[in-house]
Formats: sequence, structure tokens, C-alpha cells
Amino acid sequence: METAKKRVLTGNKAMAEAIAQEMENDKNVFVLGEDIGKYGGIFGSTQGLMEKFGPERVLDTPISETAFIGAAIGAAAEGMRPIAELMFVDFFGVCMDQIYNHMAKIPYMSGGNVRLPMVLMTSVGGGYSDAAQHSQTLYATFAHMPGMKVVAPSTPYDLKGMMTSAIRDDNPVVFMFHKSLQGLGWMDQLDYAIGHVPEDSYIVPLDKANVMREGKDVTIVGIQMMTHYAMEAAERLAQDGIEAEVIDLRSLAPIDKDTILNSVKKTHRLVVVDEDYRSYGMTAEIAAIVSEEALYELESPIKRLAIPDVPIPYSHVLEDFVLPGPDKIVETVKQMMDEA
Amino acid sequence: MTKFEEKQPSVSVDKLMWMYEQMVKIRYYEDQMVEAYTEGKSPVFNIGKGPVPGEMHLATGQEPAAAGMMVHLTKDDTVTAPHRPHHHAIAKGVDLKKMTAEIFGKETGLGKGKGGHMHLFDPQAKFSCGGIVAAGIPHAVGAAMANKMKGKDWVAVAFIGEGAANAGAFHESLNLAALWNLPLIIVVEDNSYGISIPKTASTSVESNDLRASAYGVAGAYVKDNDPVAMYKAAEEAVNRARNGQGPTIIEIETFRFLGHFQGDPELYRDKQEVPGLRARDPIMKLRQQLLDAEHVNEPELEEIEARAKKEVDEAYQFARDSDYPKPEAALDDVFTS
Ligand SMILES: Cc1ncc(C[n+]2csc(CCOP(=O)(O)OP(=O)(O)O)c2C)c(N)n1
Ligand SMILES: [Mg+2]
Repeated sequence: METAKKRVLTGNKAMAEAIAQEMENDKNVFVLGEDIGKYGGIFGSTQGLMEKFGPERVLDTPISETAFIGAAIGAAAEGMRPIAELMFVDFFGVCMDQIYNHMAKIPYMSGGNVRLPMVLMTSVGGGYSDAAQHSQTLYATFAHMPGMKVVAPSTPYDLKGMMTSAIRDDNPVVFMFHKSLQGLGWMDQLDYAIGHVPEDSYIVPLDKANVMREGKDVTIVGIQMMTHYAMEAAERLAQDGIEAEVIDLRSLAPIDKDTILNSVKKTHRLVVVDEDYRSYGMTAEIAAIVSEEALYELESPIKRLAIPDVPIPYSHVLEDFVLPGPDKIVETVKQMMDEA
Repeated sequence: MTKFEEKQPSVSVDKLMWMYEQMVKIRYYEDQMVEAYTEGKSPVFNIGKGPVPGEMHLATGQEPAAAGMMVHLTKDDTVTAPHRPHHHAIAKGVDLKKMTAEIFGKETGLGKGKGGHMHLFDPQAKFSCGGIVAAGIPHAVGAAMANKMKGKDWVAVAFIGEGAANAGAFHESLNLAALWNLPLIIVVEDNSYGISIPKTASTSVESNDLRASAYGVAGAYVKDNDPVAMYKAAEEAVNRARNGQGPTIIEIETFRFLGHFQGDPELYRDKQEVPGLRARDPIMKLRQQLLDAEHVNEPELEEIEARAKKEVDEAYQFARDSDYPKPEAALDDVFTS
């Protein structure tokens, strides 16, 4: 208050603050998952909660994902508001029946008579040599299935605001946070993993993309790390006189078509960048939306950057090759502009 | 007959010598890995940096489980391991050079640099491991099934941590293996923690051999990380499996001297715990037992130790000298040819 300096937090502290504030507001909110108590979550998303709320509302679970995510569903149906953490999204395999066949379908199958006000939060992303079973994002795997809101915020501000919205939402929300954007001391220190976060509670909607940078020449749609890489690329492109508009998708389901279409109508060019597998993924979905609804606005074919349909390899030379980054984005945009 | 064999006639001292060499090799391998992993990660620890990036789960202190089981296995028996796999791989006879090269992300590695430390596959040694907790158990069930279908007396052994015994795959696999009377052994290495969660906070029973009766299989418990006791329990289980008498769960109380992974701040355990465990070092214990048995003398043990270290040093040198794969190789091997 005395100082005009804006308060800044890391991504994980922003998330944990949202959870703590909602736990204070609503006694039905509780958290469960592996190493989320004293450890504070492997990626720090539940830090401080055990100290504040105790083991009755912050439950360390055994390595039993089917049981505790299924239990979150059962508790949500009884009116509780559980937040379950799946440590890495890659572990979805052992509990996907609960997620896909139950969490996502019970509200619909009950004709809207059963509500599941729960959050399934999970870490995503690679780039630090954790190999094929610990580096995926699987954005599209979750967004493909109706019945779940699927969000993937990119900034500390959005992590807090969207977590608050997710907890208050009466529907199941899959909340994906990117490991590299948590501001962890043991990973690359990225400027964008730290940012302004107001102390008071606030919400950011779960269905709106965010225009991070305005431009007139090309639209780049990104998500999480890819959004930040797109921003880096846009800075470099600007030095060559190319003004890129960067859209942070934020929400995979529901997807904010309007923001994307309005941008494409302005720039007439589209590049989509994803950290998920290429085929049947987010890049394909956005390309399809634009083809269906704004094809004649385009001055050149849509370009997609994504993981080229291989599991994420371990060796950093191989992983670097498959992950999109600023260089590839700059190269792709320049090629596109040259072809025009 | 040596003094040791007089007291324990069922135990072969030659086999204990083999175990000792494996345990020394494992210990030295993991010590070298601590060094290699730290390279490029100081003064600021960054998990993605250095010649060995990514997560690193080491088995220092957990050597008896691997050595005591593998001493009874042959090349034809199958082993599956979890995310903490080096001790199992070494004792099972996985190609040490190729394994180390894999961990360094080199093209000469077991998986040409695609797998890394949690994903080591050596079909010649019939060894595999993986990063998803409990996932290797059903694979061992399948190997046991294949052995039975082929009419062989080969067995399959799944190594897991005590945390993994609370996953559905553990329980489903036990029921299946018992139902089909398969030559399966599950070795539960109880190192007291699943990451930060103590066993008492994750497991409804005191030890997992107690769960054997729920599935109609045999159970055995090995106290105090004891190499000789592990040898005996494993021998019994392997004989049972080979003779068509079905599965066994062995739980061994073992010691995790290091963090869950390298870089773990270990705030969840008392600072005095590890020094206490190190004072009960299973390698020193076995060494003393061998000397007491008057089966070997000090210089002979030193020779074994030197031999094990040389093999490890050569493997690390091979890994360091090998080339990285070509970046485009990332696109190969999605399908086998
Ligand atoms: C299905 C699944 N859930 C969670 C994890 C994360 N994880 C990796 S190791 C581990 C603890 C395993 O404990 P334990 O089985 O006792 O083996 P230890 O690490 O002690 O050797 C956890 C929770 C995982 N890899 N897979
Ligand atoms: Mg354990």
C-alpha cells in the first residue's frame, strides 16, 4: 500500500494463494494428492496449505490415483469441492477411466442432475530431459473429450485468477499448469514464471483467450510455454519489420473462437504453436476452425508447429529437435511472409 | 567347509562373493552417478543441465534386494524394475557400457538416447524398467505367462518400491498370477518412503508380505536390509516359482541413503536418519561376514573391489566418449522395422 511497486509472485505461489483463499471462503474446498502436504506439491502448487489448513483438508494420498481421483468425484457429487492433484499429466493412464468415463460424463448422463464441482490439477510439459513418460502436455487428449473444462494458463496472474474460477465453477475443470512456469528454483529461471499478482481474490474467466501482443501482419496462437516463445519470436520479428499478434489460448475447452477469428480477420495469416503431438491436436483444431469460418480471410496457408508425432525423447539433442521454440517460430513466420 | 557354511549350510559362500561384487559395483556406480549428475548443476542446481539431465533416482543402500535375488536367476529369467532401476540392471547383467551411455543420452546407449535413466531396455539381459509406478508388475506377469506357455521353468521378477504396493496394478497382478499359478515373484523394497510420504501414511498394513494371504500366494519378510536373509528368501521363492508352485511376495526392509531424487531437499525426514542408516551399511556387513567366515582375506576382497570399479570406470568412459545422436534420429523408431 505504501509502495507503488506491484506485488509479484511465482506461478506456483499464485496458484497456492488462490487455493488458500478459496479454502478460507468455503469449508467444502479441500485438496488431495501425492506429496501435496508437507512437501507442498512436487511443483509447489500446494505450498503452505498443510500449515494453514491441516491434514483434515489437505490430504496426502498413497500412490492410488484411481482411488483418490474417483473419491474426489464421489465427494464432489455429495457437494464438496475437491481439488485433486495428478502429479504429472503423464500418469493419466492409471486413472483415465475415472476422468473420462465418470468425471466427464456423470453430469451429462444424469441429465444435469448431478453436479461435480471439482478441479483436477496437473503438471505438464517438457524441455528438461525427463523423457517420454514425464514430459507430455496431452492438452488435446483432455480437450477432445466433452464434459470437462480444460484450461492451461501461462502467467502467474492467470494461474491465480483461473484457479479461483475453476474452484468456484460447478463443473469439473482440468487445470493444467506448466512445470517451467511455476518459478521453481531447480529449473530454468524464466522471467515469465514471475509476475504481478494482486493479493485480493479475483477471477479470470475460463473461456477467454488473451491477446498478449497486438500486430497486423500475422497471428500466432500459443499456449503456455509456446505463448512465451511466440512472444520472444514476435520481438525478434519486429526488428525485421514484421508485426505479429500473439494470442495466448489459455482455455482449450471451451475454446474462444472469436478472439482467434477476429485476429485472423485483421492479420490474414495464422501460425499455431503447440507443445503437444501434432496429429489430431490443438493446432489441427484451430486450423480447422479458421478454415471453416475464415478461410477467405487467409492470404497464405496456415502453418502448424508441434511435436512431430513421436514420444518425447530423453537426450537433449533429440528433445530440442522435436520441441517448438522461438527460432522455429521466427523461421516459420519469415517463410510465410516471403511466400506471400 | 568354511566357518560360515558350518553355521549356514544352505548358503553358498561363492554365491555370497558374487553378491558382494555386485553390491560393490552398484554402490560405486551410484557414487559415480552422483558426481556425473552434479556436473553442470552447480553452483545453481538446474535439473535440465549437465551431461546427465532430468530426474535421477539412485539406489545407494538398496543393493541387497537386487543382489540377493539376482544371484538365483539366470539370463533366461525376466526382471522388471521401477524408476529406481540401476541396482537391478547391474545385478541382472545389463550391458553396463550401453546402460551408462543411455543415461548420458548417447547414440551408443541401450535406447540410442531415447529412453534415459528411467527407461532402460536390454532384451538380451531380459531386463526392462519404467517411470510409471507399479507398471512393471503386469509386464512381469506377462513374462511369467510366456514362460509357462513355452514350457520353460524360467521365472519373472518384478521389483517395486513399497509405495507401489498401493497401486491397483499390484493387486490386480497378484490375483491374476495366483489364479493362473504363474512363476512370478514381486520384491517390494521398503525404503520407508514414497517420495516424501512415509510408509505408515500410505500403507494400511505393516508390511506387504501380509497381503500375500489375501491372494493365496506365499509371503516372506526380510529384516534389516540383510543380504544373507535376502539370499535365503529369494532362493525359496525362485524354487517355488520354478517348481510350478506359484507366486511369492518378498518385502525387504531397505535403506534409501540419498534423496528420492538427486536434488531432493529431504525436509520430510530427520537429519539424523541417514547417518543412522549408513551405520548399518549392508555392504560393510556382508564384507565383515565374508572375512569372519575366513573364506577370503582382505587383499582378495580388495581385488574384487578394484575389478568392480574398473568395470564401472570403463562404462562411464565409454559413455563420455560416445557421440550424441543426430537430432533427426528423434523421428526414427516410432515403429520397429
Ligand atoms: C502412477 C504414478 N504415480 C505417481 C508417480 C510419481 N512417483 C514417482 S516415484 C514415486 C514414489 C514411489 O515410491 P516407492 O514405490 O516406495 O519407490 P521408491 O521411490 O521409494 O523407490 C512417485 C509417487 C509415478 N511415477 N507414477
Ligand atoms: Mg519407497
